[in-house]
Amino acid sequence: MLDDTGLKSTGLKDTGPSGPVTADDLRERVREFLAGHDPATLPRLEFLRARFDAGLAWVHYPPGLGGFGLPRAVQSVVEAAFAAAGAPGNNPERIGIGLGMAAPTILAFGTDAQKQRWLRPLWTGEEVWCQLFSEPGAGSDLAGLATRAVRAVRDPGGADSWEVTGQKVWTSMAHQARWGLLVARTDPDVPKHQGITYFACDMTVDGVEVRPLRQLTGEAEFNEVFLSGAVIPDADRIGGVGEGWRVAQGTLMNERVAIGGAALPREGGMIGSAARTWREHPELRTPGLHDRMLRLWADAEIARLSGERLRQQLAAGQPGPEGSAAKLVFARLNQDISAFELELTGADGLRYQDWSLRRPESVSFYGRDVGYRYLRARGNSIEGGTSEILRNIIAERVLGLPPEPRVDTRVPWKDLPR
Amino acid sequence: MSPAAGPDLPGLLYSGAEDELRAAVRSVLDDRAGWPAVLARTETDEPYDTGLWHVLAANVGCAGLLIPESHGGAGASYREAAVVAEEVGRSVAPVPYLGSAVVATAALLEVADGKLLRDLASGSVTAALAIPFATSLSVPAPLGTVRVAAPQPGDPAGQARLRGAVAGVADALPADVLLVPADGVPDGLYAVDRGAPGLTVAPVVSLDATRQLADLTLDGVPARCVASGAAAVRATAAALTAGAAMLAAEQLGLAQQCLDMTVAYLKERHQFARPVGSFQALKHRLADMWVAITQARSAARYAAACLASGDPDTPVAVALAKAACSDAAVHAAQECVQLHGGIGFTWEHPAHLYLKRAKSSSIGFGTADWHRATLAGLAGLPGPGASGGPL
Repeated sequence: MLDDTGLKSTGLKDTGPSGPVTADDLRERVREFLAGHDPATLPRLEFLRARFDAGLAWVHYPPGLGGFGLPRAVQSVVEAAFAAAGAPGNNPERIGIGLGMAAPTILAFGTDAQKQRWLRPLWTGEEVWCQLFSEPGAGSDLAGLATRAVRAVRDPGGADSWEVTGQKVWTSMAHQARWGLLVARTDPDVPKHQGITYFACDMTVDGVEVRPLRQLTGEAEFNEVFLSGAVIPDADRIGGVGEGWRVAQGTLMNERVAIGGAALPREGGMIGSAARTWREHPELRTPGLHDRMLRLWADAEIARLSGERLRQQLAAGQPGPEGSAAKLVFARLNQDISAFELELTGADGLRYQDWSLRRPESVSFYGRDVGYRYLRARGNSIEGGTSEILRNIIAERVLGLPPEPRVDTRVPWKDLPR
Repeated sequence: MSPAAGPDLPGLLYSGAEDELRAAVRSVLDDRAGWPAVLARTETDEPYDTGLWHVLAANVGCAGLLIPESHGGAGASYREAAVVAEEVGRSVAPVPYLGSAVVATAALLEVADGKLLRDLASGSVTAALAIPFATSLSVPAPLGTVRVAAPQPGDPAGQARLRGAVAGVADALPADVLLVPADGVPDGLYAVDRGAPGLTVAPVVSLDATRQLADLTLDGVPARCVASGAAAVRATAAALTAGAAMLAAEQLGLAQQCLDMTVAYLKERHQFARPVGSFQALKHRLADMWVAITQARSAARYAAACLASGDPDTPVAVALAKAACSDAAVHAAQECVQLHGGIGFTWEHPAHLYLKRAKSSSIGFGTADWHRATLAGLAGLPGPGASGGPL
């Protein structure tokens, strides 16, 4: 299928850096690379760095930054070829925020020096990224954020830098992260969307404190991050001063695609576990549960087809608004399916694996037992834009309905009631 | 486990040629099937617009889309046929596209009746399969309540006579030929001319006046056997499968039109000195409609693609599409009435045309629940009491 819809329809044959590129050409490139880099003997990190330098990391990225400038759709050819050779991966579950949000933001808004510095260790997994966006007082209303960044010169003749003070919450993986995508207020005297600037915050500097924030699952996948005069060099600012809101919009768009958009086989997501339980336990079946099982199976399969349709649109260069539907449906389905499966398991569903506070190595919606899945899924309609905010976005940006009357967009941020 | 549907899913987008076909059909329908005309026709003695159908069938080529070029058709596929169905649903057009160009045609393609196919492709003849619109595809396919009767003295060889009744048939009123499944010797599918003696086609006061049903009675009607035995069962099954999938596409077009009409109205209607579309309570309902239609479109496209290529996953695809599109269309039409408020409840507003067509279509060729129930077997999810255990 890729040869039909990916390569031909996107005109890939004309865009390769050294003549026409087909799926076979790409496989050949991977073969050549593997001939010089034996995954069985080369240390994992060395192998990944070499793969990045060969342009075979993410082929849709530009040459010199791990790619070839090819359509995103052909990445699967490369992944399949490396997987078939038993090559080590970059553990995308652990670096999902880096891959899904930091990388496209840096690529779109970063300077050349920033791209050179950050993208390679991001892709190899040497440097984990986290997202310092939400605050106790700024969730859905992210633009109301209160973390302050004040310009300071530390030593005479030294480079410009910023001192950052404030508190961030819901920061997944901050306890593993080397870098954080940070939005902070640099000008409180202008309306809220205009006074925000975007930074990459080194999580290892003084004044950055990460504390576990325990979720209702019992574990601490998220964190609170306290910033107390943490110093960020101006060289680590992404985009212009006061242009942080626009940069953050790009990050959030990518986040929603990342959460709702993974390619899966039939029964590949949460529905697979529920269907397995259904098949293995005929004694648990009732007519009402059967009706729900079939409805959920149908809805999950249709959501999978919709995900495929969205990928085909992107591959054909027709990005549609359907991406905003994907995350809404994903959240509702995960919640309904896990609730169904928990009820189906009955007495077993009354037991929970482990309430102890743990700090997981990676984010998993499906792992552990059905009780965990049920509880973790409640977060799917809150993280990455609540389902309510997504409906606002669909209504206003897709359907073009008029906005609600706003009292907060024209006054300086410092004068807003809070 | 269900077959196929592995990583290699078919293309689910609309092609450039499909977009052009859509534009051509829409242009005719916008011109000749505006809702005031459709509404006015529902209160006349001619509920089907045969003039409009002739333009669509012969001039635009909608009648012969599925028919091979060797039989005078366009040699297109269910992907293109689905696009026409979407447009027919969008304008709730009173034309027998579904009954003639999809259902009857699918049956005749199965038995390769060259003569009738050629007549259908040219648009000179319109046909309908004589089964109740509410029939769902079941195995063995239903062959109705019509029986093959004894021949009468002087009947030519090869002519049969049929006796019985079929209630609630869609698109039979404008049909020139009826394809009648009948039990007897032999069991089979029979072609009956509309003018044949002993045939009565009585209009039914229908919930959906834009697709008015008819009750058929056959009193020793002369008929020609088109297919018999297993071939006739296969033809009926193919017709019902195609009918369910293309009706799903029609519902998709209807749902999209209900959403479009409602969005337009909520932008212009003011209450409390604001466009009512600026209220979040209404916005969220429209967003949910849009999400449901987005999902339904993927399912409808997948069903059309599976039918077009003869994919073994077709039964799953059709069940998913009819279930999703039935629910999406009824929901959209009901929301369209509600969100239009008082005017949406009046006869003078088109919302009721869409509501009635949506609800009727959700019963036609299998309800959403019925189609989801077939997934129990297709996806290996047996119900309680079924011989359970791991599959």
